[in-house]
Amino acid sequence: MLIIVCPFCGKRPEIEFTYGGQAHITRPERPSELDDQAWAEFLYMRSNTKGIHAERWRHARGCGRFFNALRDTTTDHFVATYRIDEPQPQIEQPAEPVPPP
Amino acid sequence: MSRQNFSALSLLWRGLSRHGGWREQWRKPEPKAAYDAIIVGGGGHGLGAAYYLAKEHGIGNVAVLEKGWIGGGNTGRNTTIIRSNYLFNESAALYDHSVKLWEGLSQELDYNVMFSPRGVMMLAHTVHDIQVFKRHVHANRCNGVDNEWLEPEQAKAFCPPLNISSDIRYPVLGAALQRRGGTARHDAVAWGYARAADALGVDIIENCEVTAIRRDAGGAVEALETTRGVIRSHKVGVSAAGHTSVIMAMAGVRLPLESYPLQALVSEPIKPIFPCVVMSNTIHAYISQSDKGELVIGAGTDAYTSYTQRGALHINMHTLDAICELFPNFRRLAMLRNWGGIVDVTPDRSPIIAKTPVPGLYVNCGWGTGGFKATPGSAHVFAWTMARDQAHPINAPFTIERFRDGYLIDEAAAAAVAH
Repeated sequence: MLIIVCPFCGKRPEIEFTYGGQAHITRPERPSELDDQAWAEFLYMRSNTKGIHAERWRHARGCGRFFNALRDTTTDHFVATYRIDEPQPQIEQPAEPVPPP
Repeated sequence: MSRQNFSALSLLWRGLSRHGGWREQWRKPEPKAAYDAIIVGGGGHGLGAAYYLAKEHGIGNVAVLEKGWIGGGNTGRNTTIIRSNYLFNESAALYDHSVKLWEGLSQELDYNVMFSPRGVMMLAHTVHDIQVFKRHVHANRCNGVDNEWLEPEQAKAFCPPLNISSDIRYPVLGAALQRRGGTARHDAVAWGYARAADALGVDIIENCEVTAIRRDAGGAVEALETTRGVIRSHKVGVSAAGHTSVIMAMAGVRLPLESYPLQALVSEPIKPIFPCVVMSNTIHAYISQSDKGELVIGAGTDAYTSYTQRGALHINMHTLDAICELFPNFRRLAMLRNWGGIVDVTPDRSPIIAKTPVPGLYVNCGWGTGGFKATPGSAHVFAWTMARDQAHPINAPFTIERFRDGYLIDEAAAAAVAH
């Protein structure tokens, strides 16, 4: 079981958290103006990164708040966790650029 | 080099000579400079596709590139369950095509894949389960797929170790049984296809990882850069399971996939006690007994994407809780081994077997947690798609574009869990 650092509560075991998928995907402001391909990109296409992955987590059985994390998907090592109003930390092995929705 | 055939007589003959004369089952060739077609990924699906390309489409100048060794990926890591009782017409056609090929596969390959149609029983624990499974039974019958409803006593008669008492946390309220479903020996499937493809001239190249995909001025696939040099081909089929996103990104193709660890474990071997396969989607446990006597138990995926080929302990514990409740006899058994594989999951839990936006590049992926059962059928229609540059009628609905056009084949909603 992983130990995850909640930015608000500190170190807690993995079972207190729920996973929220790839981070920094912004919901389009005017969905009705998107064509089908762009909408499918927003809904379904994911980077599925092998390496440092920016992702959302929620401390569901703790403070209940969402936050973001950088995790290496080849080791499950958490490189950083940060609040959703903070920018993604810059690290040596950058995550794949997030495509526009 | 001609292939050595297997028969009772040849086994007896080799036995009398202390089994000294067996050769390797497939060659270890150096990669050639160019091939008519290349398959990336030497699992069951990829090896099968190479076999059918050579056997049914006359394309024998084929290479299968495998970054590790044959049978070392998900083909050797699954719980070997075979069934075709899926809800939707498209899925039923695809998976039943596969079951029909399983039925003759040992003869086809002259290799005993130990297909054992011992019956797959899916347990219902809630009123919702009962309604969903009965709907599956009727939908399956309309599609010519066998599936029948069992009351708890009938389920107990079919699988005597099953606990159908009403005082457990999730009592068994009934079951759906597909008698044509069962298991097969997963390693033998990979080895059998590898051997048969090799005999038709296919080069199986292990320890060969693809590092880049070269495209010509028109955007079409031209060559693959690998750890064993550049290999040219204008027809490349990617059949790389959990690493599909990584390979396809080399050609700039994005897919609706996420890769998760999926775990399994086996118990110490015991005498034959378990005559069938039992699955419970609701409390998440999958169990059968191998011919070696081990109980083979499948757990769920982890909650988060990963490429680690491990998985979290609490996922296994959750499954073992369910197993101990359903089969109290097994509570004192020791678990011998536990492992994980990386599965590529689509949003609708149905696979993608299709052409891609890149000319000459084809993909067979998205099998998620249930790809083993589909090995022969998937390989068969993927070879067709690659050879003719168009989909076989069975895999025509399983495109990438279905996510854009809204034609999902939503087995995720139909089963309510990954499967």
